[in-house]
Amino acid sequence: MRLLPALALLLALAGPVFAVDPSERLADPALEERARQISEELRCLVCQNQSIDASDAQLARDLRLIVRERIAAGDSDDAVRDFLVERYGEFVLLRPRAHGVGLLLWGLPLALLLVAGAGLFVAFRRRTALPAAERLSAEEEAALKALAQDGDERPNH
Amino acid sequence: MIVEFGHFALILALAVAVAQSVLPIVGFFRRDPALMAVAPKASTMQLLLVVIAFSALTYAYLVSDFSLLNVVENSHSEKPLIFKISGVWGNHEGSMLLWALILAIFGAAVALFGGNLPQTLKANVLAVQGWISTAFLAFILTTSNPFLRLAEPPIEGRDLNPVLQDIGLAIHPPLLYLGYVGFSIAFAFAIAALIEGRIDAAWARWVRPWVLAAWIFLTAGIAMGSYWAYYELGWGGFWFWDPVENASLMPWLVGTALLHSAVVMEKREALKVWTVLLAILAFSLSLLGTFLVRSGVLTSVHAFATDPTRGVFILAILCLFIGGGLALFAVRAGTLRQGGLFAPISREGALVLNNVFLTVAAGVVLFGTLIPLIVSAFGGAISVGAPYFNTVFGPLFGATLLVVPLGPLLAWKRGDLLGALERLWAVFAVAALIALAVAWLNGVTHLLAAVGFGVAVWVLVGAFAELWTRARFREAGLAVGFRRLAGLPRSAFGTALAHAGLGLTLLGIVSTSAFQSEAILEMKPGDTATVGAYSVTFDGIRNGAGANYSELVATMTARKGGTVRFVVEPSRRLYTARQMPTTEAGIRTHGLSQFYVTLGGEGRDSGSVVVRMWDKPLVTLIWLGALVMMAGGALSLADRRLRVGAPTPARRAAPALTAD
Repeated sequence: MRLLPALALLLALAGPVFAVDPSERLADPALEERARQISEELRCLVCQNQSIDASDAQLARDLRLIVRERIAAGDSDDAVRDFLVERYGEFVLLRPRAHGVGLLLWGLPLALLLVAGAGLFVAFRRRTALPAAERLSAEEEAALKALAQDGDERPNH
Repeated sequence: MIVEFGHFALILALAVAVAQSVLPIVGFFRRDPALMAVAPKASTMQLLLVVIAFSALTYAYLVSDFSLLNVVENSHSEKPLIFKISGVWGNHEGSMLLWALILAIFGAAVALFGGNLPQTLKANVLAVQGWISTAFLAFILTTSNPFLRLAEPPIEGRDLNPVLQDIGLAIHPPLLYLGYVGFSIAFAFAIAALIEGRIDAAWARWVRPWVLAAWIFLTAGIAMGSYWAYYELGWGGFWFWDPVENASLMPWLVGTALLHSAVVMEKREALKVWTVLLAILAFSLSLLGTFLVRSGVLTSVHAFATDPTRGVFILAILCLFIGGGLALFAVRAGTLRQGGLFAPISREGALVLNNVFLTVAAGVVLFGTLIPLIVSAFGGAISVGAPYFNTVFGPLFGATLLVVPLGPLLAWKRGDLLGALERLWAVFAVAALIALAVAWLNGVTHLLAAVGFGVAVWVLVGAFAELWTRARFREAGLAVGFRRLAGLPRSAFGTALAHAGLGLTLLGIVSTSAFQSEAILEMKPGDTATVGAYSVTFDGIRNGAGANYSELVATMTARKGGTVRFVVEPSRRLYTARQMPTTEAGIRTHGLSQFYVTLGGEGRDSGSVVVRMWDKPLVTLIWLGALVMMAGGALSLADRRLRVGAPTPARRAAPALTAD
């Protein structure tokens, strides 16, 4: 059979375990879905910026199994995360929690927007306040209005 | 011999760069035209020398000269020709040389095409280019010299990292660098303007084509990189918020802001100080991007600490140019006179809003990328990954996108928001209808997707609202309308296309993220599985071999309603020189969607293989949208107004008056 040597080579090539192996899956689709979602937000600690869901590494596989074990044991999503943070530190969370440096990260976009908004407000206030001399006096306004009306009427003549 | 010649040319180029950095500036302060005239000559000479150096290195790769350390580490005699060439910049030293080459090309381009630039501006711009060249050439020669010889050359090279042996890699870095380095021109112009203390609409007119060109290349580079990661890394993702990706996204965001603020400056002489700041920031972020990728600080702060020569050198370059640029800005920005006033609701106002959102978005990406590095430098560890960026960046960029169709419909100085909204009601109706349809077809679980589709359609269709209103089809009829359309400047079409491209990209992202079908399972030859609308049969596996790898190719036939639609052939390769396995995804494009298959390891049953399959609806729009954006940029670039040589009526009139 030609297939056998081919598969043997594949086995040699395979080396690392593949991401989200079907064998790891939980029987209950709802639980499995939760496990996938948690896995996507956990870092494979030995990889470069890969979630354990996408990683081929052995460690990622171990973590995937732990996540599923905890879920099967009835842990809530947060409890699963806490369990892993206790063992591997905050580093394992790809979505940093909102305390400490994490608070800074989550507050940052709003803070930047506020600063930008305040800057814009000040800039506009300063610029509209400045050129009093350039603004039209009441007489000029009236003259302009008359001109404008004149212009509107012209097509009728 | 040829290699030594190249090495020598590179050292000469450094000497020329030093002359180019000093003499023109001295000439500017002494009002000495002869000294200022050195600048263009020096920059063309520099180009010639760097081209010689780069060609010499390329030659060493082509003939597999294994007496060169750089060639040994990154090449192999059996490597296909195209990858021998792309291998030149597929490594640290070579890629820095490519950086210097592109810098020299841009510098020489300013010298050659900047014929009508005022002499002082040209001299100062080229001098600033000279500073950048000096820094990078010195960096290459002292810490990253690709021309180092080996006393005892090996018989064979160590080959290029197989993941990098791909046509995508051949194109991606040059495009990205063209973008990064293109912003150096904007930076040089900004610094020159600060030195001279003078800046006007003409300045913006000279700078805008360079920014536009850089932006087009950067867009191409990012899109190319994204597609490369998509098909090469085998995870089926198109954007991972990896620091390396963020490094290229930040200059793109700020560069996009710069592109828009330069428009305001050119048309209305407003936002001068802000435009100069953005020009400095865009290049600073390009430098930072280069630093992040090149210093090794991303893989580990500790790797950076154990071999700090390169990292410290780049850090010094960063501090010098970013710090120096910003310091000069702080000191001199006050001397730039403010121009045209405008109401908050106006075209200028909309562009300011665009700028605010884009810079805040860039700031978020910057902090998200740097904070883990800072924390780890202090001994801590924190991850900032895709979930964070998606949550934060999504709404920010979404808000920007909502304003996109509105901006071009507002008048300069003082706009009519209600009027603009009125003209967009039809676009809004289409977008809302599509959002409702998506929500209705998919139920409440996909509400976010429905909103996403709505926004994408809003941007896509709304992009053409300006053209539609300016042609006035409804009032004037088709014939007149088309004549009006033909008479519109190319930049109007450019704007419409670029904005439409943005809508297309968003459509692709939303559609793929929300509606892809996935199947991960173990299959044996003969098995059939269902993925989305397709039933896929695993036909079998065969052996194959390429020039420098052996591979296993699986054949899968996808059927829909019993008829064969297509065959995909995912494979796994083993690159012999490095004994490194890679996954080659089998990808089949059908319409605008793609079917994506990768092979995993062996399954639990003997003879079975783990297979991952996705059907990704409209996924190609992500990159097609980028192409459309680039086409829009190119169209704007072709606008007569931007051709630097094209004289404006005002300037033509001036000499006539004095002659009288």
